[in-house]
Amino acid sequence: MKAGTTGAACTAVLVRDFALVWRRRGDALNPLLFAIIVVALFPLALGPEEAVLERIAAGTIFVAMLLAMLLSLDTLFRSDLEDGSLEQLVLSPHPLALLLACKIAVHWLTTALPLVCIAPFAAELLHLPSPVRPVLIAALALTTPLLSLIGAVCVALTMGMRRSGMLLSLLVLPLLVPALIFGAGACNAAQAGLGYAAPLLWLGAWLVAALVVAPLAAAAALRISLT
Amino acid sequence: MELMVPSPAPPLLEAHGLAYARNDEAIFGPLDFALRPGEIVLVEGDNGSGKTTLLKVLCGLLAPSAGEVLLHGEPLTLARLSHQVSMLGHLAGLKLELSVLENLRFAIGLGGIRPGITPLLALASVGLDGYEDQPLRTLSAGQKKRVALARLLLVPSALWLLDEPYANLDRGGIELVNRLLDDHARRGGAALVTSHGAYAYTSGTPRRLALKHPGAQP
Repeated sequence: MKAGTTGAACTAVLVRDFALVWRRRGDALNPLLFAIIVVALFPLALGPEEAVLERIAAGTIFVAMLLAMLLSLDTLFRSDLEDGSLEQLVLSPHPLALLLACKIAVHWLTTALPLVCIAPFAAELLHLPSPVRPVLIAALALTTPLLSLIGAVCVALTMGMRRSGMLLSLLVLPLLVPALIFGAGACNAAQAGLGYAAPLLWLGAWLVAALVVAPLAAAAALRISLT
Repeated sequence: MELMVPSPAPPLLEAHGLAYARNDEAIFGPLDFALRPGEIVLVEGDNGSGKTTLLKVLCGLLAPSAGEVLLHGEPLTLARLSHQVSMLGHLAGLKLELSVLENLRFAIGLGGIRPGITPLLALASVGLDGYEDQPLRTLSAGQKKRVALARLLLVPSALWLLDEPYANLDRGGIELVNRLLDDHARRGGAALVTSHGAYAYTSGTPRRLALKHPGAQP
């Protein structure tokens, strides 16, 4: 009898999750549309004054992107729980943390990466000065995977509950605030002509720590919520 | 010359004083039984007698409140489960958006594949040839069950835990489940099959394990 390798299992999870996102691509576009709408509404509400928009641009884009991601978090394991696939994942012979890491990677690639890609366009809408744009993209590229990872742990914790959307937001938001402060802070520092390396490096350090710890924590939390 | 008496095969699965309680309310047990290779055991009990919970405890999804489960003589842990156990629950664990073949390929990636079988062969033996490219959502409940049975055939597990495998199946499907169980037993596998009694494993005389609610009168 031949058991599959862990590599094959991870590939299977990646292939299946990408296929699922592709089959439900309408749903996958929702966070993107949400972020664009929020960013586009700000100039309409505040007026087209360049000075005002420049001042709020980085923060607005950050908040819009993170809220958009929060919208999609609840679906991360929900459908797998409802159709029993999650039990199959837990019962598989491979490390659950690794399989969950694959699921989180697909979530980041399909919801956050498109958001990071439209960030330059959103920056243009809000007149963010062009020297700040690379900083904004770098900060988003570091913050969004952090949110995917932290979010996955919180989703796994609230999995046992039927309507966990509200609780999930309450759990994730406090954990998210430091990342928001540092990410938007880096942009504001760059805009003021100050050094912005320190906040970015902090974000990077957190991301590395979360990459190691979060899948393990998510796996443990999932086992607890399944019982 | 002394005749060598073959020692009986070691039990695949053993339960010693196994019990499960939820919030101090006993669900089943205590139970003692052993499952040897080639054995099919039918778990019988009324609705709510803890059949599904028993299977979940046996496969390690739930921790027993008393007693222990031994797999090949060693205590059960999720890490040791490896590819020895296949569970077919009420929820099939299949994705409606994917085709039949994509679902089976995922199962193979996750659990490995038995030598000498392909997804198409497995589909043919559950009576679903020609359905491989159909999206799962277009299949009937019984056909989905058959896809889940095809997955059992593909993944190399010695122990099958089948929760109400007869539900949703037509007469031919029930015979199919029994045939699959017979083949599995002949290969040296073992299975624990729950049933609420309406349909049952008929070939041979399977051992029966009756579950009663601990609070119920005998």
